[in-house]
Amino acid sequence: MSKIANKQMICEALMEAAKTDKDIVALCSDSRGSGSFTPFADTYPEQFVETGIAEQNLVSIAAGLAKCGKKAYAVSPACFLSTRSYEQAKVDCAYSNTNVKLIGISGGVSYGALGMSHHSAQDIAAMAAIPNMRVYIPSDHLQTKELVKALLKDEKPAYIRVGRNAVDPVYEEGNVPFEMDKATVVCEGTDVAIIACGEMVGPAKDAAELLKAQGISATVLDMYCVKPLDKAAVVKAAENAKAVITVEEHAPFGGLGSMVSQVVGSECPRRVINLSLPDEPVITGTSKEVFDYYGLNAEGIAKKAAELVK
Amino acid sequence: MENLTALSYDLRKDVIEIIRAGKAGHIGGDMSVIDTLVTLYFKQMNVGPENMDNDDRDRFVMSKGHSVEALYAVLAKKGFFTIEEVLEKFSKFGSKFIGHPNNKLPGIEMNSGSLGHGLPVCVGMALAGKMNQQSYRIYTVMGDGELAEGSVWEGAMAASHYKLDNLCAVVDRNRLQISGNTEDVMHHDDLHERFRSFGWNVIDVKDGNSIDQLNAAFEEAKTVKGMPTVLIANTVKGCGSPVMENKAGWHHHVPSDEEYEQIMKDLDERKEAALHE
Repeated sequence: MSKIANKQMICEALMEAAKTDKDIVALCSDSRGSGSFTPFADTYPEQFVETGIAEQNLVSIAAGLAKCGKKAYAVSPACFLSTRSYEQAKVDCAYSNTNVKLIGISGGVSYGALGMSHHSAQDIAAMAAIPNMRVYIPSDHLQTKELVKALLKDEKPAYIRVGRNAVDPVYEEGNVPFEMDKATVVCEGTDVAIIACGEMVGPAKDAAELLKAQGISATVLDMYCVKPLDKAAVVKAAENAKAVITVEEHAPFGGLGSMVSQVVGSECPRRVINLSLPDEPVITGTSKEVFDYYGLNAEGIAKKAAELVK
Repeated sequence: MENLTALSYDLRKDVIEIIRAGKAGHIGGDMSVIDTLVTLYFKQMNVGPENMDNDDRDRFVMSKGHSVEALYAVLAKKGFFTIEEVLEKFSKFGSKFIGHPNNKLPGIEMNSGSLGHGLPVCVGMALAGKMNQQSYRIYTVMGDGELAEGSVWEGAMAASHYKLDNLCAVVDRNRLQISGNTEDVMHHDDLHERFRSFGWNVIDVKDGNSIDQLNAAFEEAKTVKGMPTVLIANTVKGCGSPVMENKAGWHHHVPSDEEYEQIMKDLDERKEAALHE
């Protein structure tokens, strides 16, 4: 099974589209290498803008380009893009309603060993709180490709977070269920609903298999569209289950868990457990080491689910 | 041709009325910047209600967004909306005529309000013009206090790096900000040299409230190739009446009835003088 990083998939999908669309512009802040965008810069130099290490400038320039008809893709590490240029995202992209897609690369704890300055465990909360800013966190490269194709068709701002590492595909080549702004149902069950996004979807899917062996049936929702959250899918999954578990590579506040809890609390009250990173500087390590430490893996999710439905 | 200096005094009177009607407004900066806006909208830019859908139009971003009352007065005079509508709605509940530019209103390209955004956004607009080989020009006006924002200099860096000669910025150098003299709050001199060292063509406009001097500077900017141009417009904050001029306390202030009477009288006198020059 092929395995490439989601950020690389974004570059490939944009390069494919750029063959016929001269209005696609990619921007990097000395991040073309880390963002896997060097091929784009080399192939379409007339459609590539380098801003140097200046994330505020990156986002404002992208907004100016978009205001003049360009489809601007601003690619920069999620940790900087979602904090250093937060106000530019708010004012120049969301408030002015410009067609800027903010691509937060190496999101979450992708840069695990580099410390809290390089983690983006707050980006869902920050970006989702801005009116007119959408938040997407695709799970695998196949879904990422579908998401980019959909994003190319609209003219609104969005924040897209992708991880640094290639992850095992959740879906199969040629058979990727995808509808824009609708959660993907990975599997269906009646005991527990597991709602995850990004790199947590794979472990959630594996957890469902572990639970099955214990006689517990689980629904797994891939909520790549964190905002606008697919509320109908949340309600349906929760109504069919005894309890809900959310799983995300994010701080405990203001992320997927908070948003799902709001919906379940108001529409179909069930017990909701949020699995996330802690409200403290994350322990040093690779993504896998960090996830394992905090129970953000198949075993951790399955254990929590089993406790919950007993 | 209409006497634009006289017009700018009439528009100052509109600004005073707007601020009195809305009971709010950044009056000092409105008065210092209005001649720049009049020159741009009535002499330089190919912008009007009839061509806002035209890709070849020039673009303007009001980076010092708090001087929106001056922009409203100018855009109303251009016919984007009526001054009566502004007077009725400015700062009122649910109104689109808020205290900073927003592009839900006709004639306004980008929302602003937070300082240090206009120049970097204009860099993007100018880059798009270069990519598309279009001839439109991009203009922005910044306050001098605004220059303490680091993002201004990120934009300045990129504008010269990409040789954006289709971009012209103006600094409304009135030397006052809300806390007092700009040089006491945060030193900016020698501003000419600062922009020069960032690779810009710099034009000092000795009297930044002179339409003729501003217009000549904008014309000169069009002839400079391979680099962006900045006009350092040496203006007077509160320009138009001694009641307001060079007083930091008038950064935002609603004139009392007594102040209003005197200011309107002073503006009329200056308008008359302009008509007889």
